[in-house]
Amino acid sequence: MQVTITVNNRSITRDVEARTLLVDFIRGELALTGTHVGCDTSQCGACTVLVDGKSIKSCTMLAVEADGHEVSTIESLEKNGELHPMQAAFRECHGLQCGFCTPGMVMSTVDLLQNNANPSEPEIREWLEGNICRCTGYHNIVKAVQHCASGTKGA
Amino acid sequence: MGSIGQPLKRKEDHRFLTGRGKYTDDIVRPNQAYAYFVRSPYAHAKINGIDKAEAEKADGVVAIFTGADLEGIGGVPCGWQIHNKDGTPMAEPPHPALCTDKALFVGDEVAIVIAETKAQAKAAAQLVMVDYEPLPAVSSIKAAIAEGAPLVHADAANNRCFDWHLGEKDPVDAAFAKADHVVEMDVVNNRLVPNAMEPRSAICEYDPSSDMTTLWTTSQNPHLIRLLLGAFVLQIPEHKLRVIAPDVGGGFGSKIYLYAEETVVTWAARKLARPVKWTAERTESFQADAHGRDQIGHARLALDKDGNFLGLHIKNKANMGAYLSTFAPAVPTYLHGTLFAGVYKTPAIYVEVEAVFTNTAPVDAYRGAGRPEATYQLERLVDKAAAQLGMDKIELRRKNMIPKEAFPYQTPVALQYDTGDFIACLDLGLKSADWDGFEARREEAKKRGKLRGIGISTYLEACGIAPSALVGQLGARAGLYESATIRVHPTGSVTVFTGTHSHGQGHETAFAQIVADHFGVDFEAVDIQHGDTSQTAFGMGTYGSRSLAVGGSAIVKAADKVVAKGKKIAAHLLEASEADIEFEDGKFTVKGTDRSKTFGEVALTAYVPHNYPIEEVEPGLEETAFYDPKNFTYPGGCHICELEVDPETGMIEVCNITVADDVGRVINPMIVEGQIHGGVAQGVGQALYEGCIYDDDGQLLTGSYMNYTMPRAADLPMMTVGNHVTPCTHNPVGAKGVGEVGSIGVTPAVINAVVDALSPLGVKDIEMPATPQRVWAAIRAAQG
Repeated sequence: MQVTITVNNRSITRDVEARTLLVDFIRGELALTGTHVGCDTSQCGACTVLVDGKSIKSCTMLAVEADGHEVSTIESLEKNGELHPMQAAFRECHGLQCGFCTPGMVMSTVDLLQNNANPSEPEIREWLEGNICRCTGYHNIVKAVQHCASGTKGA
Repeated sequence: MGSIGQPLKRKEDHRFLTGRGKYTDDIVRPNQAYAYFVRSPYAHAKINGIDKAEAEKADGVVAIFTGADLEGIGGVPCGWQIHNKDGTPMAEPPHPALCTDKALFVGDEVAIVIAETKAQAKAAAQLVMVDYEPLPAVSSIKAAIAEGAPLVHADAANNRCFDWHLGEKDPVDAAFAKADHVVEMDVVNNRLVPNAMEPRSAICEYDPSSDMTTLWTTSQNPHLIRLLLGAFVLQIPEHKLRVIAPDVGGGFGSKIYLYAEETVVTWAARKLARPVKWTAERTESFQADAHGRDQIGHARLALDKDGNFLGLHIKNKANMGAYLSTFAPAVPTYLHGTLFAGVYKTPAIYVEVEAVFTNTAPVDAYRGAGRPEATYQLERLVDKAAAQLGMDKIELRRKNMIPKEAFPYQTPVALQYDTGDFIACLDLGLKSADWDGFEARREEAKKRGKLRGIGISTYLEACGIAPSALVGQLGARAGLYESATIRVHPTGSVTVFTGTHSHGQGHETAFAQIVADHFGVDFEAVDIQHGDTSQTAFGMGTYGSRSLAVGGSAIVKAADKVVAKGKKIAAHLLEASEADIEFEDGKFTVKGTDRSKTFGEVALTAYVPHNYPIEEVEPGLEETAFYDPKNFTYPGGCHICELEVDPETGMIEVCNITVADDVGRVINPMIVEGQIHGGVAQGVGQALYEGCIYDDDGQLLTGSYMNYTMPRAADLPMMTVGNHVTPCTHNPVGAKGVGEVGSIGVTPAVINAVVDALSPLGVKDIEMPATPQRVWAAIRAAQG
């Protein structure tokens, strides 16, 4: 089936098998390997991307479902050599170790702050229910989101 | 300058944050094919035949191989040999890379299907017809040791792998004979699945024209994989086998080992002369990654009337799974039995461990590896002793602790601690956690209908493994030194090649801090390389919290060699005697003068040797060093957990975790705290959430994130981390290691807190994981 998907502001038209998951399309077809696959039951959140601005686990969606939609991956966040404030906050607060869950964490929390510019600690933790990290114990991820939110408020 | 001790931001972060990390599954080779494994759905089955005819006809199939095709290659080897009490070696049954006549656990590799696409390989795998004849299985330690239990391996009688001991029995018997009190308890150490977020993956490419095989794989120790795979299994000489572990998404032990999958992928890529790639699905990770823990045991502590520990007798049983994974036998023995002195001056200790085979996935080292099991047993026992004797649990610990004046301290279980200050860590932890103010918080919680508890663990671990001669005596089939090469470039920037591997630990940053300070160059001028056997000297990789203590020491040693050579060059340039040259803050100076050459000038001279002592010194500025540790290192400290139980539901809320550790000298406090946070999360996970369950038939009931509880963000509190440093005395970095302290120290503190919370109801013990169901049941049982 032919799909046209805007990925990171680029319109892309491809023939895909109907069963192709969006994450496989992103990683395999487009070689955007920043989006990761950490499980096979849509639990871990390593594959989180934004679809029309909302965070979505790209393993829960078929590529054909994304036809006509806008997809943003981790590769789209850095602009003109400047990290996105959330990326910068993760670096500042040591919110990542092995880096594997990180793209999903960043994409998910970018969406969190779009919905809630000043989330409380429990709200951050609750929001991250669908993103598993095995390295950080979440402590510094929560701090990174708080750090980013405090910066966003000032801007 | 002085970057050591500063919380410098990590060099590795930019690539991970922008999606530019390069993990094994991200690697694509031209014309690569994809592999999918056919795995046994039975825990124990005879394989009467495999019909692959229909599968071979499926779309896109390139080849299908079974155990029969692999004839002639070695089995997957074990790297550690334990001896029984009577001196005979452990049972070491073969581990064929693909099953031949029998499958021994659910997930055991039966065949590999290779196709043009992953989907085709997976679809064709469903068409491979395996004629299984299910056999009775043993899925737990208790089932394995039961009278008349089915045998996992015909040549391992009673399913016994080994029957090992450490320490002396007679003094322990004598201690119990004169004891005023004996405290004893049974302890279960629950089985865990490591669950690094990146599933294992391997891609192998063979170039027939150069006869070179390149394997990219998710490994914590690529040289070890090259050695085992090349020399012991596939007979590929080392200069023709290159193993690359690129960015690796967490390991926690599970990526130390040589597994069947990369073995078969490598064999198949060579056979087909075509790149073959395999990446585990999470379900496969649950089934076939080496699991952790899984011990049951009985502990007895003898005390005098004043509460002084007189003797300790440990009698444990450990599950090895179906096959011996690479370091499995070391885990419940030398990484476990040696830990039973802990922070205490118990004069007599005797440890017995029987290891058994079961029809489950192999069990090996998982973050902490043997030490969490020992620490849990000991710290639960000490709490129970305090309760039984009616003593304060802090005072009982304090009075039995090894005082700092006693170092170096020889334990009755082989280790000699070089340094530490356990009482200082205890005091720091108590103060930081406001231990003395707890009862008021308990009362306040009671008004809200909650049962609040506090728990402590004072512990020590042994890491920085380890002196090669010693581990050789203990059965290791490898040395445990580390390597480093420092290449100073002509303009004074530096590339460091380390034999360790970073998969989250931040070596690229912390190691650069050490080198930058050593040479007085900018932190940004130092780059750390790791993970490619073709680049780095033979190194042993990363596990057992060894990278800074052992790998960092190799780096310091190599840096010293660079400085020594630099002094010769500087002496020539400054027309001074070499003995008069001092090196400090990036300058070679003639003692007592202001005449000096910078590090950069000396480096440039080494590569542009126009005015150079060429008869005495070679051009170039590059040195390699191997560092063999002189002893284990001994991090330790005090972990305190405070939590609340809802008696109506059994739900637990962890309110806070306080850590007061001594991990030796700290290079980057930000990274050290991060390591502790992560370890604590895994330790809390073991205590409250995680448990790998096989049913009686050996079916894995916890095979995905739907039914294996990974700690999520809302399951954990913010943590308070303090540090009381006593530098390691026997390595040049002064570091002890930090990777595992969290997962070792916190688990008993959490369970001690749960028991403390429930103790007003009369609950004395609870099994891990303390799930709401278990807690609720314990409350109901206590209430009669």
